[in-house]
Amino acid sequence: MAEEPLIRWDWIGRNADRIGGLLVDNVVMGLAPVAIGLVVALPVGLACARWRRLYQPTVGIINVIYSLPSLAVFVLLLNVFILATMPIVVVPLTFYALAVLIPAVVDGLGSVPDPVRQAATAMGFRPLRRLIQVELPIAVPVVIAGLRVATVSSISLVSVGALVGKGGLGHLFIDGWQRQFPTPIIVGIVLIVALAVLADGVLILAQRLLTPWARARRTA
Amino acid sequence: MITFEGVTKRYAGGTVAVADLDLEVPNGEITVFVGPSGCGKTTSLRMINRMIDPTEGRILLNGVDVATVDPPTLRRGIGYVIQQAGLFPHRKIVDNVATVPHLLRWDKRKARERAMELLELVGLDPGLAGRYPFQLSGGQQQRVGVARALAADPPVLLMDEPFSAVDPIVRTSLQDELLRLQSELRKTIVFVTHDIDEAIKLGDRIAVFKVGGHLAQVAGPATLLADPADDFVREFLGRDRGIRRLSLVTAGEVRLRDDNLIAERTDVVEARDRDAPWLLVLDKDSRPRGWARTSELPAAGTMAEAALTPYHGFGRDDSLRGALDAAVLSVTGLAVALDGDGRAVGTVSREDLLGGLHG
Amino acid sequence: MNFLLDFLANPENWSGPYGIPQRVLEHLEFSGLALLLAALIALPVGMLVGYTGRGAVIAVVSANAARALPTLGLVVLVVLLFGVGTTAPVLIPLVALAVPPILVNTYEGVRGADADLQDAAVGMGMTGPQVLFRVCVPVAMPLILLGMRTAAVQVVATATVAAFVGLGGLGRFIIDGLQTRDFSSTVGGAVLVAVLALAVQGAFVAAQRLLVSPGVRGQVG
Repeated sequence: MAEEPLIRWDWIGRNADRIGGLLVDNVVMGLAPVAIGLVVALPVGLACARWRRLYQPTVGIINVIYSLPSLAVFVLLLNVFILATMPIVVVPLTFYALAVLIPAVVDGLGSVPDPVRQAATAMGFRPLRRLIQVELPIAVPVVIAGLRVATVSSISLVSVGALVGKGGLGHLFIDGWQRQFPTPIIVGIVLIVALAVLADGVLILAQRLLTPWARARRTA
Repeated sequence: MITFEGVTKRYAGGTVAVADLDLEVPNGEITVFVGPSGCGKTTSLRMINRMIDPTEGRILLNGVDVATVDPPTLRRGIGYVIQQAGLFPHRKIVDNVATVPHLLRWDKRKARERAMELLELVGLDPGLAGRYPFQLSGGQQQRVGVARALAADPPVLLMDEPFSAVDPIVRTSLQDELLRLQSELRKTIVFVTHDIDEAIKLGDRIAVFKVGGHLAQVAGPATLLADPADDFVREFLGRDRGIRRLSLVTAGEVRLRDDNLIAERTDVVEARDRDAPWLLVLDKDSRPRGWARTSELPAAGTMAEAALTPYHGFGRDDSLRGALDAAVLSVTGLAVALDGDGRAVGTVSREDLLGGLHG
Repeated sequence: MNFLLDFLANPENWSGPYGIPQRVLEHLEFSGLALLLAALIALPVGMLVGYTGRGAVIAVVSANAARALPTLGLVVLVVLLFGVGTTAPVLIPLVALAVPPILVNTYEGVRGADADLQDAAVGMGMTGPQVLFRVCVPVAMPLILLGMRTAAVQVVATATVAAFVGLGGLGRFIIDGLQTRDFSSTVGGAVLVAVLALAVQGAFVAAQRLLVSPGVRGQVG
């Protein structure tokens, strides 16, 4: 163990194909929950913003879900699905994403200044149009801040799925542990962080493109 | 006394907020800094307690250069009131007022007693002491802001547009309250506003600032209105500068005529001999009942039987503006001067009121 | 449901070094320690960055990147490199997990303290630290506690992973159950962790009542 180098570059070369496959798995299982989560969070968040009474109970449920350990949920779902397939990981991660995204949508809509909303109404916007053309664009920065947290956590949490047989780059951790060999573990960590940072960067870019007015203010 | 000596504030990028300001703020008076946005009035105020430091020049507080005093120590000796009151939301009203005494490590009970005393002084119900700021109205919060600034009894008070965010009725009452407090406390007050009416109402002296940080004129309100230094000041004072001036002069000094006052028991024949188009009919206690037109008096009888037109009066303590208002409201063009018991002491015409202004 | 009853009804699970009380204590021990260490790092940094505005971009970006660190990978790596024997292997990843929410919320809360409020505080003669601790921090308290709560819940939930490398805590029931195909143990462990996490949330809600001034609470709610 003492003369074992921290990282063996030749191992990476020999296992490139397998690493590539795990990377793709990790991307799919990490991003799918966020995408599904966003599609669900928008209407739920809108409903909570419209009927404030729904918000507290929704947050309560979300908090309970958020406190379930991912590993435990994976294991329980393994029981349901019998085989280790992607849904075992994607379903729980979707709930974690929702836990971040629903409050983000509600807060985002809450960040629309009241005078702006009233001005839009006074000019004759109907509610749906006002939502799409005025409120959602203004809510974008807060929603994207939530998306960034959800995406980064999701990509990283996929790896826990390796313990139940479906975990993308997380399998490299199990490999490394079972063979007492650090290289795969380091490769896994580095790739996951790189993937998360890349996704984060894409979201920052998306925010810039979606909110050109904020950029103008920054440079002014 | 606060003295600005050649004070300039230049920001990185070249913007000049205050340009070579020389100014003296006398002790025990309210000096108002007034001007449009961007004229450097707030910057000038904030340089006094070193919230901002000047680029050039110096500011003396009773002969001591403020730049030589440690800022927190300096500020604890200067009251500071800002527009939104800036009350600490997490502290009760009484603790907000006692902030500076706490900073100065006063005895807890003494600080608390002082705070309660101040709440009363600024006209607040002591029952509010245990509330939190969000439970108070805007006007009440602003009163707490003033009480907080006065807590350690500082000789100098800086007020940065303190009443701008409240509605006009509350603002008027806060202004009256400030004048009442000042007549008791005689603090050295620097008051920043963009509202010229507020400046004229409150200021013993008014410093008018121009955009670019230049001082346009420093004068008492009457002089300022009567004799603006340049076109900028004239324009800033507005079109009704002449009318505003009237509000600075009390009506006690105007010359009155009393030959058109007539008792109601007087015979109309005698009344017709008076050389006046309108006669003010008085009851037996000398209180006015109304105006009678000399040309339309009844053929015979006393003045009690004459047809009367309502009169408009003013008190001797009212301003000239109040007297003129009474004269303008009356179809006779005459205002009636009343004493403290409501007895008529004389009348004055619009022409005489305006003529007296230039005499 | 039957799994859960089997697990909870088994007296062997309630005593000794492998019993539920012991596992809960272990779990709380390294969760609490990790949270404490994370707070010791994240609170001062968040306050300083929020108050001075310096290094904000770096702090927020690195906090976000730290969220990406896979806990399982870190645990395995640290054990592999330094060996088991102490709780350090699990502490490092858990601290990395807890720092970002505390740091970001503290930073946002302190930075978001009303400018007028700070102006008034400075104008009355408060020194920098006095403005920070007597004004900005009390006003930011709801957000700071929210960050601590999020961190605590994540730490408690994620500490289960430690069992994979042979450490204790409630994760043992889950991992052991998984390996021996004893699902009652797995389900029981999962439920216990969830209950513990909810209890921690409850504790923070109580702390909120104690530590946040009614003046600030009233304003928010």
